[in-house]
Amino acid sequence: MFGTHGTGDTSGYGGLVRTPAATGSSERPYGSYFDDVADDLERAYPAFSDAIERVVVDRGELTLHVKREKLVEVSKILRDSLKFEMCMGVSGIHYPEQSGRELHAVYPLLSITNNRRIRLEVSVPDNDAHIPSVVEVWAGNNWHERETFDMFGIIFDGHPGLTRILMPDDWQGHPQRKDYALGGISVEYKGATTPAPDERRSYR
Amino acid sequence: MTTFTDPYSSSRETTEGTVFSVTGGDWNELVTEIGATKEERIVVNMGPQHPSTHGVLRLVLELEGETVTEVRCGIGYLHTGIEKNIEYRSWTQGVTFVTRMDYLSPLFNETAYCLATEKLLGITNDVPERASAIRVLMMELNRISSHMVALGTGALELGAITPMFFAFRERERVLDIFEMISGLRMNMAYIRPGGVQQDLPAGATQKIRETVKEMRKAFKDNSTLLIGNSIWMKRTEGIGYLDLAGCTTLGITGPVLRATGLPWDLRKTQPYCGYENYDFDVVTTDTCDVYGRFLIRMNELEQSLRIIEQACDKIDKLSGAPVMVEDKKIAWPAQLAMGGDGLGNSLDHIREIMGTSMESLIHHFKLVTEGFRVPAGQVYAAIESPRGELGAHIVSDGGTRPYRMHFREPSFNNLQSTSAMCEGSMVADIIGAVASIDPVMGGVDR
Repeated sequence: MFGTHGTGDTSGYGGLVRTPAATGSSERPYGSYFDDVADDLERAYPAFSDAIERVVVDRGELTLHVKREKLVEVSKILRDSLKFEMCMGVSGIHYPEQSGRELHAVYPLLSITNNRRIRLEVSVPDNDAHIPSVVEVWAGNNWHERETFDMFGIIFDGHPGLTRILMPDDWQGHPQRKDYALGGISVEYKGATTPAPDERRSYR
Repeated sequence: MTTFTDPYSSSRETTEGTVFSVTGGDWNELVTEIGATKEERIVVNMGPQHPSTHGVLRLVLELEGETVTEVRCGIGYLHTGIEKNIEYRSWTQGVTFVTRMDYLSPLFNETAYCLATEKLLGITNDVPERASAIRVLMMELNRISSHMVALGTGALELGAITPMFFAFRERERVLDIFEMISGLRMNMAYIRPGGVQQDLPAGATQKIRETVKEMRKAFKDNSTLLIGNSIWMKRTEGIGYLDLAGCTTLGITGPVLRATGLPWDLRKTQPYCGYENYDFDVVTTDTCDVYGRFLIRMNELEQSLRIIEQACDKIDKLSGAPVMVEDKKIAWPAQLAMGGDGLGNSLDHIREIMGTSMESLIHHFKLVTEGFRVPAGQVYAAIESPRGELGAHIVSDGGTRPYRMHFREPSFNNLQSTSAMCEGSMVADIIGAVASIDPVMGGVDR
């Protein structure tokens, strides 16, 4: 069908430019309680500069980009020393164009003691989509990791029972990935044909 | 061993042992046959079509006699792929999807989504005060209607039918208000990025104040019926025990967490929508059991009524103020009015775009078909839904559609605690424990 591809720009003249998210680290001071969190973590965890790839402060939220090998170590320190007692789950993101780090996993953490929130982010390549499980640190992440495995195909090593949770057990593929085929067939009704989702302008 | 011919009740041999299919028929025959096997351990599949599992929840129970040794939940029967669908819709259309996730608290889903979108747009402080007050009003009304279902169905599942009639009677009053304000009783898509869809109709706050008075009186029906009732107490006290350590490690929030004595309520601790300007208390108990959780829900009703009254005052004081951000590049639908044939664009707006201003027509067309653009980045916005922390994690790539949206659903997370609450208890207590978590499968499966 007509129109442009890959954007919601219906006219094709909107000049829509998709900007990739900034890749640099934020500069100190971070503002709010974020400096305290970073300082406390550096004190409690000597290998800070090795484990934390980037520290990003955006829209009043702090994101620590953690190397996957160090995720469990950092998580334990955050839970025990910095009192981030709760992990609010894990959410996957698929960036097919970021080669070498296509799959991201994002962990929002909550400290009830200090009333603070931060976020951990781990990125892994598509052909080696393994992230160590944090279920031993926060047991409540069990189902969340299963869901992220189900939807993105990220394998959480050390998870007590990593199986599909929302999709049927024998399902092929991981639906939330950007390269997942939408499928479907075109439908003819009263002489007019509605194209299959893959063919439809609004789904491209 | 008798040979079964009844097609609705039969047994077959598998590698796992004998499997009995029970869909009705003669229970005595079944009991005799199960009694003939040497097996001490029985695995019972409860649900997904079972009246007391709150929708399509499947519980796999391992029993020894009447004691439950292991519980596993099977979910996903109501998975609708909302998170995927939303990636192909504009930011405004997204509201219509998220409202259908947890269908008992649609306004909370909408608010979490809109707060996250507004954070991404950087317009959090531009949302008019009147819009925030209306959001608070709608959310607290919704909290009442949601708690009413939790109380009513919870009691019904434990064998008490009258509380359900009382609860649904009150819920109906709230739904009538929703219908008056938004035109819909559920799945309203009323809260939109930048404000709310339309202003309250004339006389709405008056009607709400009257309803609040009636509800305050009527809530006593249920509390006098249940609190202290010996059967109710025996079915709920000490059942489904989960303490603070269990709650934090499992990420449990909401009434289940507050039943351990911790006053953690995001409305107080991390306020949004101007909750810091309202006077209300966080209700807690320290029993860690099913009874405490129901007691919290009952007492939260009164706190919600208090907030609603204050919100009504605020809305009256701000009469005539806008309910949508001023930025016309975001505010859609921009001009709505109730016509003879229902809600639609106001005639003035249609006259303008069709008759006088070509630019207005272009702008309207672009806003409706393409939607607005949201700067790239990711945010997490959390609110206190009736079931706990409802978080919206939204990622934008700078386009006119969400790049990725994930909801941290309290029902999904809290349902994990079923095993911790129920293992070692009696079969009948599972019903009470699950009811006290108050999972909504639409939210669990999304």
